[in-house]
Amino acid sequence: MRPDLLIKNALIIDPSQKTDRVADVMISQGKITRIGEKGTVPVQKDSIIIDVAGFVVCPGFIDLHCHLREPGFEDKETIATGTRAAAAGGFTTLCCMPNTNPPLDTRATIDYVKQKAEADGSVHVLNIGCLTKGRQGKELTEMYELADAGVIGFSDDGDSVASSRVMHLAMEYGRILHLPIIDHFEDNDLANGGVMNEGWVATRLGLKGIPAAAEEIVVARDIALAKLTGARLHIAHVSTEGSVELISNAKEKGIAITAEVSPHHLTLNEERIMGSPARKNKYLTYDTNAKVNPPLRTKKDIAALIQGLKDGTIDAIATDHAPHTSVDKLCEFGLAAFGISGLETALGCLMNLVHEGQLDLITLISKLTCEPAGIIGTKHGELGTLKPGCQADITIFDPNKEWVVDSQNFVSKGKNTPFDGYQLKGKVMVTIVSGNVIYHDTSIKIEGY
Amino acid sequence: MKTIEPKSVTPIAETFPPPSISSWNHHHVLDLDDFTREEIELTLEITDAMSEILTREVKKVPTLRGKTIINLFYEPSTRTRSSFDLAAKNLSADTISLDASRSSIAKGESLIDSLRTLRALGADVVVMRHSQSGAPYLAAQHVNTSIINAGDGWHAHPSQALLDLYTIRRHLGKLADLKVVLIGDIKHSRVAHSNIWGMTTMGAKVTLCAPQTLLPYGLADFTNQCHIPNISIEPRIEVAIKEADVVMPLRLQLERQQSGLLPTLREYIHLYQLNEKRLSLAKPNALVMHPGPVNEGIEISLEVAHGAQSVIEEQVTNGIAIRMALFYLVAGGKSNET
Repeated sequence: MRPDLLIKNALIIDPSQKTDRVADVMISQGKITRIGEKGTVPVQKDSIIIDVAGFVVCPGFIDLHCHLREPGFEDKETIATGTRAAAAGGFTTLCCMPNTNPPLDTRATIDYVKQKAEADGSVHVLNIGCLTKGRQGKELTEMYELADAGVIGFSDDGDSVASSRVMHLAMEYGRILHLPIIDHFEDNDLANGGVMNEGWVATRLGLKGIPAAAEEIVVARDIALAKLTGARLHIAHVSTEGSVELISNAKEKGIAITAEVSPHHLTLNEERIMGSPARKNKYLTYDTNAKVNPPLRTKKDIAALIQGLKDGTIDAIATDHAPHTSVDKLCEFGLAAFGISGLETALGCLMNLVHEGQLDLITLISKLTCEPAGIIGTKHGELGTLKPGCQADITIFDPNKEWVVDSQNFVSKGKNTPFDGYQLKGKVMVTIVSGNVIYHDTSIKIEGY
Repeated sequence: MKTIEPKSVTPIAETFPPPSISSWNHHHVLDLDDFTREEIELTLEITDAMSEILTREVKKVPTLRGKTIINLFYEPSTRTRSSFDLAAKNLSADTISLDASRSSIAKGESLIDSLRTLRALGADVVVMRHSQSGAPYLAAQHVNTSIINAGDGWHAHPSQALLDLYTIRRHLGKLADLKVVLIGDIKHSRVAHSNIWGMTTMGAKVTLCAPQTLLPYGLADFTNQCHIPNISIEPRIEVAIKEADVVMPLRLQLERQQSGLLPTLREYIHLYQLNEKRLSLAKPNALVMHPGPVNEGIEISLEVAHGAQSVIEEQVTNGIAIRMALFYLVAGGKSNET
């Protein structure tokens, strides 16, 4: 018998139950057993008590989009390190993308990841299966078999499905599975080897641009196909104002579409490539840590993305955690890998939006908890909620703690962050998965742990 | 063509260190975006002295004796590399040229590792040419050896822009208020980019003339955001050239047509070639310049390229003097550690 866990003096924010109050939470045998007024929850003699006065207690964060790199790219990240990084960032469930080597396009590879996650993982790991064999964009995977193996959606993320015909077939063939199809929205022909947003900064730096239209063309195409087939479509890492508009129109027409946005697209714009506000650079930096796909866009796009979160056009915030080795990044900008290691900075960056008054705390938490849970469904248990009886996946954070990002202290193998040296306000203090404290800040003392 | 001789050339030996060198604040020369007007003036003044050396029977001074200058070229180049090499030799520096295709770089050695090796070999200055925009900036972040950018991708080519400024000033006596027209592939031209910074810093007015597919995206935003004054875009060549003091067609890479940016070379020639008729719309003493190598009969007609108003060959000679000046400024005199 594991001892009970009592979280005292919690400011509970659980958008799934529209809860926003100070209370105590009791956890027993891995499940939430009771939420009661302060001091009213009876305590067993050997219970572990965590006093969290001043902190926010909410359902554990769910990341719909991350790259754990295993199998195949263990020098960038492993399931062990990636899930520990997730815990440090307050994420209790990760949905990992299948662009591994080999890619997750068969039951065997999915099972491998599941077993690895069972053995090495600190948090729940859910899989997204490939949409096409070998991510080649040509032949569909055995979608029913993959669904049976437990995938929560299908994607060739990292590459767009170039063929409209193949995308159409995927939506038709897999429609009755009711699992989302997640495209990587980029018209390769138009992007044509671009390395950053097409705009004045690309001109300033002499770098090849990727126009916003390269994303919007594929968003529009996939919306048209979703309308045609009735399939579920999920738009990954929305980055442009035009995409937000397309998604909003599609939702108005009742098309089955959901969307996610990443913390970096909400907080950084293309100018970050020229230099970091946290560093004093005499010269342009051509900062490869700000090289990401889709690229960082403009202030105007950021405003539209934030508005999209508020008005419900965008359902979820997902990190697109994309760890890389320093060799992948410490090179010429045009040759560097795309991607940002994002799990450990997500909350801090997003809380800056809350502190600036751009986003309210309840909306933010709902985009990290119950809304992504709704996209995953209940096949893997009820996620993103603190309802009594549900598995105790809980994130506790201090909304006001200021800290400075130091990538060298990342748990993730990927130190590739554009936020290095940034002062953020808002930090994860405790992460609980299935009733176990799997991460706590060094400033927190928990008796019995 | 008449040239205005620089006023009172002082032999270089007597000018060490020039009185105003303390205003030089560049450990590296990466682009002209961080050059003040005074710094450009200083560079041009020192270039005057270097030009004088080039007229001597023995064109060699001991200024950089014992210094090591390495040409690190990741992209083929004959002119620029020879120019830097001769400039260094004229100042008695020891030079090595490394061709990326023939060294360990081709074996996958990273840029930073290559630079560290060159530093360990005792390089005082590394002259770098690279097909990737920003490569010399990466180098400058990781080694303290002085880096001179000899062209990076589409981004910058500061020594070329400086030699253009120098050539213009030598002929027209000034740079302020001159109308300079750049014609052609502005988008992919590092020469155009550095010239936009350099010319506007010196008060010239720059007109860019090109089909839309050869203009950089968001040019107006770029000039606004970077507070670059006096830039205008005029796609019609006859209008652009009117009353120009300097006309500079840019090299048209033939692959631009192959990649679909232009329907045919024929139409490009028809619309944008600098020929005698078009040149006659400029001021009568307008200079014809070209960063080279010239595609005769494409961006410029044979007659104009070798005509009375052409200073294309002189640009090449001035290039050596400019590069001597840059070497002197970064490696000569006092240490410029920043």
